[in-house]
Amino acid sequence: MSSGLAVKGVGDGLLMHVPEGPWDEVLASLLQTVDDGGEFFRGARVALQLDDRELGAADLGHLRDQLAGREVNLWAVLGTSQPTRSAAADLGLALELGRPSAQAREADEPIDTELPGEHAALVHRTLRSGNHIHYAGHVVVVGDVNPGAEIIAGGDVIVWGRLRGVVHAGAGGNEEAVVCALDLAPTQLRIAGQIAVSPERRGAAQPEMARLKDGQLVAEKWIDEHRRKAD
Amino acid sequence: MTAKAATITSGKGGVGKTTATANLGVALASAGYRVVCIDGDIGLRNLDVVMGLENRIVYDLVDVIEGRCKLRQALIKDKRLADLYLIPAAQTRDKTAVSPQDMVKLVKDLRTDFDWVLIDSPAGIERGFRNAIAPADLVLIITNPEVSAVRDADRIIGLVEAEEKSPPKLIVNRVKPEMVKRGDMLSTVDILDVLAIDLIGVVPEDDAVTVATNQGSPAVLDARSRAGKAFRDIARRMNGEDVPFESLESKDGFFGRISRIVRPGGAS
Repeated sequence: MSSGLAVKGVGDGLLMHVPEGPWDEVLASLLQTVDDGGEFFRGARVALQLDDRELGAADLGHLRDQLAGREVNLWAVLGTSQPTRSAAADLGLALELGRPSAQAREADEPIDTELPGEHAALVHRTLRSGNHIHYAGHVVVVGDVNPGAEIIAGGDVIVWGRLRGVVHAGAGGNEEAVVCALDLAPTQLRIAGQIAVSPERRGAAQPEMARLKDGQLVAEKWIDEHRRKAD
Repeated sequence: MTAKAATITSGKGGVGKTTATANLGVALASAGYRVVCIDGDIGLRNLDVVMGLENRIVYDLVDVIEGRCKLRQALIKDKRLADLYLIPAAQTRDKTAVSPQDMVKLVKDLRTDFDWVLIDSPAGIERGFRNAIAPADLVLIITNPEVSAVRDADRIIGLVEAEEKSPPKLIVNRVKPEMVKRGDMLSTVDILDVLAIDLIGVVPEDDAVTVATNQGSPAVLDARSRAGKAFRDIARRMNGEDVPFESLESKDGFFGRISRIVRPGGAS
């Protein structure tokens, strides 16, 4: 890749940065790169960063066909040149990369983004003081969460045990997130932007669920919740 | 002989690691085991002071590890018990002078000549702690009935578990039964509720320990000391004996017990 043709992985495919120079030469080196790459490119989705290069529909169509012949799918064209963009649009190519997929986002930036919804981490042990769990999706703990432990989840937090540490559900701002525990007595409980500390325990521990109700953090006995639904 | 290595650690400082190490060492040696205590608190040694052996130190742990003396030369023989030895910590160096591998090797060299190797861990969770638990077959976590000490013990248990050691055992030290009874102090049950590990001993607060520690003569040697009895029980449990836990309520001694036996009929 001495031609200055940089390839990097983005969420759903590969992004190739096309260098400056006469199009014929650049095209040849691009195809050569793909040929040299062998298995690496086979079946890949490729987006091209063209900067301000101006290309017509014929050039782009030719490139797409050449890549297709090598089992590479040209998927998007990025650039600032208006003629190039309209040509790409005519060919049905995307003009931006779009949102990376849920998996890719979890790996990179765990929390501050929208929720994938379905993903959950299962922690099958007791979290002791000093243990931290940060996860973009839901967190399920089978065991206790001791004082000094911390769970920060983009989604819900379910603790099959005693919850006594610090817990933050809906850390990305999801106000629908809930926290459930067999014994809900966290040092501090946060859902989205709301923070609360546990009140003094009255009576024996019972399963409870905490959630936001009209912007207020409330904890309700699981049994009540259950009955209301049954009625 | 193949020694078992036990590390006494806590996370928090001042809960009684060194006192416990000295007392357990004496208790095990009194029971006929060959014991060596290693002071793992390099730079802040004091196990030698508690054992009353300070004035006999010539070589220390770092001298052994760096090859300036033979292992045998650094073993200080106890002045009372024939089968008790100490390897003191260096006073002039810090924890970085020793690596966990060094400790594993040192303890391996000691295993053939002893029944028990007791390692006194420094406070904290850094290098010194890692050095101390590296060779351990058994980790004894010591805590006081205080929320902060229990919190640190919990952290330490997590770290020990992460090292894939066998589950540590718990010693609750400096329990004041009358305060527990009034609800002013965490009870052993409260502590076990959080830490969820096996209990190996409960040591009552005992002024005799402070006196004995300052005199360099561990409380275990005092047959009347309640704390000394608790440490002797721990030593027996370490060797697999099933010793029932003594009820601490009987602190008021023989007459207290009599009066309690008499009292139930009346107002209580």
